[in-house]
Amino acid sequence: LRKNVEDFTGPRERSDLGFVTFDITADILNRKNGLQTFRNKNTSIIFDWNVKQLFLYLSAEYSTKNNALNQVVLWDKIMLRGDNPRLSLKDMKSKYFFFDDGNGLKGNRNITLTLSWNVVPNAGILPLVTGSGHVSVPFPDTYETTKSY
Amino acid sequence: SLDFLDDVRRMNKRQLYYQVLNFAMIVSSALMIWKGLIVVTGSESPIVVVLSGSMEPAFHRGDLLFLTNFHDDPIRAGEIVVFKVEGRDIPIVHRVIKVHEKGNGNIKFLTKGDNNEVDDRGLYKEGQNWLEKKDVVGRARGFLPYVGMVTIIMNDYPKFKYALLAVMGAYVLLKRES
Repeated sequence: LRKNVEDFTGPRERSDLGFVTFDITADILNRKNGLQTFRNKNTSIIFDWNVKQLFLYLSAEYSTKNNALNQVVLWDKIMLRGDNPRLSLKDMKSKYFFFDDGNGLKGNRNITLTLSWNVVPNAGILPLVTGSGHVSVPFPDTYETTKSY
Repeated sequence: SLDFLDDVRRMNKRQLYYQVLNFAMIVSSALMIWKGLIVVTGSESPIVVVLSGSMEPAFHRGDLLFLTNFHDDPIRAGEIVVFKVEGRDIPIVHRVIKVHEKGNGNIKFLTKGDNNEVDDRGLYKEGQNWLEKKDVVGRARGFLPYVGMVTIIMNDYPKFKYALLAVMGAYVLLKRES
């Protein structure tokens, strides 16, 4: 699972707004530990008989002076059973505005982007799974003015 | 043939009381199971029916959701929460898309339905921009499709509800254990 990003920041209404562009390459596999499977371990078994869809989301997690923990979902996608489980997205812009609660993005060196997903079964438990691999993004110390986005 | 009317005439007072007590036991057990679920899950409403299509294609109107609401469970982005807007009775099932938590545990978060274009700020109270832990009824942990349709039908067609209750009542009162 790999992601690459570049970033800019801009102030709006006294809260920091961050802009992130990213690539996502992911292979959604799910190895169920401790379960005997009759399948070849190389095939993706996340979409088993009881999985209706996956709700994937890319979230940014970071700390600021104001708040010990912040999580912002930047992008999401619904992957239905039968869709290709391999993602290869390039130059994606975030779907949702990356507003901080305050001015904690400026100069923040450690924003972690992780890809996670919610498994929606045909019936049963709704687990949240975090993908392995994450990327740390630093934001610059200065604001940019009216960058076209 | 109307055998059951003959049965009623043949029942004496003791049998009638027995049937009524039987019925009361069933009702009490059901209530105890419900209360027990409330205690075990920590949620005031451990089972909810999805009322709108705002979380499609994951959940549809009529699906049943099982909730927990443990106090120490942190609220995190991506979770599906059921919440009530202050002053309104209807529970809403949406996903958490933003979380800001302070060191002391104070948490505020924003939600959005998967199938909605915009976040839920329009649904919150006038001037309210964030939800807090106290607004949460529970977190969706499991789900069963279609099963909740019965309660929606009973709500939309009250005659159906009364008919169902009448049939159930007649069955329980007249059924005889040999």
